[in-house]
Amino acid sequence: MLILECPYCGVKAEETELANGGEAHLKRFGPGSADNDFESYMFARKNPKGVHFERWRHSYGCGKWFLAARCTATLEVFGTYPAQTAEPPADLQAKIKAKRPDWKGY
Amino acid sequence: MSTRLSKGGRLIDRTKPQTFTFNGKSMAGFAGDTLASALLANDQMLVGRSFKYHRPRGIVGSGPEEPNALVNLGTGARFEPNQRTTTTELFSGLTATSQNHWPSLEFDVGVVNNYVARFLPAGFYYKTFIHPRFAWKHVFEPIIRQSAGLGQVPKEADADRYEYAYGFADILVVGGGIAGLQAALAAAKAGARVTVLEQTAHFGGRAPVDGDVIDGKPAEEWVKATVQALSAMENVTVMARTMAVGVYDHGYVLAEEKVADHTPGDGRPKKRMWRLRVGKIITATGAIERPLAFAGNDIPGVMLAAAVRDYVVNHGVSVGDRTVVVTNNDDAYRTAIALKEAGLEVPVILDARAAVSGDLHAKARALGIRVETGKAVVKVKGGKRVTGVAIGAQAGEGSVLEEVACDAVAMSGGWSPVVHLFSHCGGKLNWDEAQAHFRPDANRAPTNQNGEAMVYAAGTANGLLTGDQVLADAVAAADAALGKASGVAAASVTVPAEGAMLPVWIMPQGAGPALKMKMWLDYQNDVKVSDVQLAAREGYTSVEHTKRYTTLGMATDQGKLSNINGLAVLANALHEDIPRVGTTTFRPPYTPVTLGALAGESRGEIFQPLRRSPIHEWHEAHGAYMEPVGLWRRPYCFTRGAESHEASVHREILNTRSNVGLLDASTLGKIIVKGPDAGKFLDMLYTNVMSNLGVGKCRYGLMCSEQGFLSDDGVVVRLSDDTWLCHTTTGGADRIHGWMEDWLQCEWWDWQVYTANVTEQYAQIAVAGPKARQLLEKLGGMDVSKAALPFMAFSEGSLGNIPARVHRISFSGELSYEIAVPASHGLALWERLIEAGQEFGVMPYGTEAMHIMRAEKGFIMIGDETDGTVIPQDLNLGWAISKKKADYLGKRGQERNYLASPDRWKLAGFETLDGSVIEDGAYIPAVGNNPNGQGNTQGRVTSTYHSPTLGKGIAMGLIHGGLGRMGEVVEFTKMDGGRVKARVVDPVFYDKEGARNDV
Repeated sequence: MLILECPYCGVKAEETELANGGEAHLKRFGPGSADNDFESYMFARKNPKGVHFERWRHSYGCGKWFLAARCTATLEVFGTYPAQTAEPPADLQAKIKAKRPDWKGY
Repeated sequence: MSTRLSKGGRLIDRTKPQTFTFNGKSMAGFAGDTLASALLANDQMLVGRSFKYHRPRGIVGSGPEEPNALVNLGTGARFEPNQRTTTTELFSGLTATSQNHWPSLEFDVGVVNNYVARFLPAGFYYKTFIHPRFAWKHVFEPIIRQSAGLGQVPKEADADRYEYAYGFADILVVGGGIAGLQAALAAAKAGARVTVLEQTAHFGGRAPVDGDVIDGKPAEEWVKATVQALSAMENVTVMARTMAVGVYDHGYVLAEEKVADHTPGDGRPKKRMWRLRVGKIITATGAIERPLAFAGNDIPGVMLAAAVRDYVVNHGVSVGDRTVVVTNNDDAYRTAIALKEAGLEVPVILDARAAVSGDLHAKARALGIRVETGKAVVKVKGGKRVTGVAIGAQAGEGSVLEEVACDAVAMSGGWSPVVHLFSHCGGKLNWDEAQAHFRPDANRAPTNQNGEAMVYAAGTANGLLTGDQVLADAVAAADAALGKASGVAAASVTVPAEGAMLPVWIMPQGAGPALKMKMWLDYQNDVKVSDVQLAAREGYTSVEHTKRYTTLGMATDQGKLSNINGLAVLANALHEDIPRVGTTTFRPPYTPVTLGALAGESRGEIFQPLRRSPIHEWHEAHGAYMEPVGLWRRPYCFTRGAESHEASVHREILNTRSNVGLLDASTLGKIIVKGPDAGKFLDMLYTNVMSNLGVGKCRYGLMCSEQGFLSDDGVVVRLSDDTWLCHTTTGGADRIHGWMEDWLQCEWWDWQVYTANVTEQYAQIAVAGPKARQLLEKLGGMDVSKAALPFMAFSEGSLGNIPARVHRISFSGELSYEIAVPASHGLALWERLIEAGQEFGVMPYGTEAMHIMRAEKGFIMIGDETDGTVIPQDLNLGWAISKKKADYLGKRGQERNYLASPDRWKLAGFETLDGSVIEDGAYIPAVGNNPNGQGNTQGRVTSTYHSPTLGKGIAMGLIHGGLGRMGEVVEFTKMDGGRVKARVVDPVFYDKEGARNDV
């Protein structure tokens, strides 16, 4: 029962009001793309023990999708941010790097 | 025998007698008794039978760790199996019956297992019941199911109610013993919002029983004063009878409060499930005493030393006149002293340690109690009750030096901190060599969302076993949880000096196989020292595997007594260190939770929300037989008189095809998509083009997942230049709206599109049939002629003075209008149509008539023709897939070679040669077998009905080759093993030219 702060409405939302949308920052491959690109877009998912980026929707709140960086092992939440971005904010990446020097990047 | 003493018992009220029954026998106890103490007071030591060997089982403990004394509680609608007598508060009228025996507790046939126990070792299920293969299902399993198992399943619906409650705190203290109370006091005085949970009805834990002296006064006085002080503080909530069930992510804690367990039927909820969200958690959960493994340690009358003491001090109950105490530590001496002071006999204290010192030992000697050091119980004598012990040297192999008559044995193998809550969310443990137990490692505590420690163990739960250490540790835990010094000084505790304990895992240490086969580790599941050693010999080196192979610790007590002993025996057998072998994983719940409490109020009518259309009440008043569609209830059909549902459906269809029918289509999803980029967006969402749909027009469209599989369908309406209305299936509305939002927010966030799910804002009524136009013309107000309102167009206006949008779309194949009106006008329009339609023979029709009529027309249904593996091309819907669009969701997926293969099963119609209806789920077999030995198939039915219009069975299905096999006769399977012949036909069975609609 995680608590994640919705970056839109500011509510510290309990997991019961959120819906998980799987891995964040996937790149969509459409018509004409190579089979292996499409396969990795569709099926290949990271399953790290450690820093992970996820999609969450504040389903029973403001309805907005947002992204969260958290540690799957310790449940530490490094931050949440709006979904309208291709990569995690630089300050969040710096924060994670400072806390987890071994982190290889998102 | 066990009996009530004439005086003593700090928790009982002798002025309030309570009567109860056990196995039908009337018994008496006092207010303040547990069921266990009351049974003992009535000399009922034998309370059940073990799981595997059906050996007699007596009460062992005095708390939630009890493995044996489980009973069926209550009767009828208040029947509950597997209730622990040690945690059940006694009340007048309580009825309990023992479990797991046949025909009676005293005489049990299953005990035959006991005499063949040598043939039923660990893993005997796996070894014995493998061959012959058929025998498991037909012979072994029925017999095992009859003889195994504990309580029975309740047969009636639960008469009690349960509820959820929500709580919040900065610091949650679990445990109302002296450590918990001290920690709570420190945290509360520092200003934190504190909640304290105590599992029993009494605060203070062991300290009042053990005779600790706090601030110069008996512990009981300090406990009372502290509870009063805490209860008076505004920032503190103190809760008794509340068990912390589990610790979860980010400070989420589940706790079960026994509200009316002891006052059944008084109108209050039986239990309250607390969902607590807290900042930090202090576990002051104490410790559980370990049994010693000696032969016959399961005979009724052998109990934990502290439990024996509890019954004497708390309830004034003696478990025997002559109690032998056997121990490896000083604490058990307290039991001997308490018994002696109560006027009972302690023939001998057998101490496995070679040398003993300390205040308790001195006091026992001073009371004249015989103490034998370096000695062990070789064997307990007795069957259903202890009659004596055979004594030998702990260092020996079991030679008997002496036999002592007794009727109870109080054993203590040391204490294991209750680390469950600390471990639930990832806390790690260290092995404490001196105390021979696992204790929480504060440096590897579970962490919260900020990466900080979230759970702190305090006092005995932290491995500090004496009172003087406990309170200082409690303040330290409070300070750590607060993140600052509370400034509160711990109360001072005076305790006797204790000597070191000696780890003893089997007794005597050199015992041979005959003795080890009678040394129980897990009383409930009948796991013995010999079983764990056998598992080790057979190659089980992992504690998790050994647990599952031997069932050690898998009983309802989850190994609270057995785990550490079993682990030590396994480690010794493997010649490994105990910490290297490790523990099994601690998982919630700490103790079993009633399923009713987990369900809370979610039962019966409010199990889930119910969605009603604006016309719902009319349906219910007019014979509707409802079916669930998602959270909606929709009329399946409207029955008249004694008519069967099938007859109703057929009547509704024939009437719609010859006169006019009304369908409540309000549940259909309605999503507004608006904005400058709305057309571009819909072109991505649907497989066909929606951007070029003319204003005022309707178009059928398909939506696919990114993998290309058909996910939803419906009619799209172009309301204005920048506004579209997308109809979805009833079940798909929320899902598709979420799907749209996902793409708009996460992928194409720069597109200017707005969506709104307006499903519930509109009532929608389909008016279908050859007389539909006459009916609408009678209502008046709008031109619904073919010229003004052609097929696949809509117009807005006022129909019978109700603002309406009338679409000419048809799912039945008839001349059909779907009329959308504001939800508040839905019932009025429906009633107007019913009333005005009388002269045209109007009848409402339900979902089944709708399904059959669409099947007669060969229209697909999401969920019938699709199952998440079907692409539109499979359903001959290629015409609805744009070839021109560069991209749409699912296009790339459909390019995959398997989906583009000509070998895919495709949609066709089927008619049986004899006119019968193909069975639901029937397959079309093919020759040969697949690699798994199953028969090959070449197709299956997807929709199958009796068509009242055509007077014969019709079906749609997917078949290899699809419509290319038109005219061919194939066979479908039947449930009885037979086959039915059917011809492949065009799936449009009725009005192929669409003439009925084209008027």
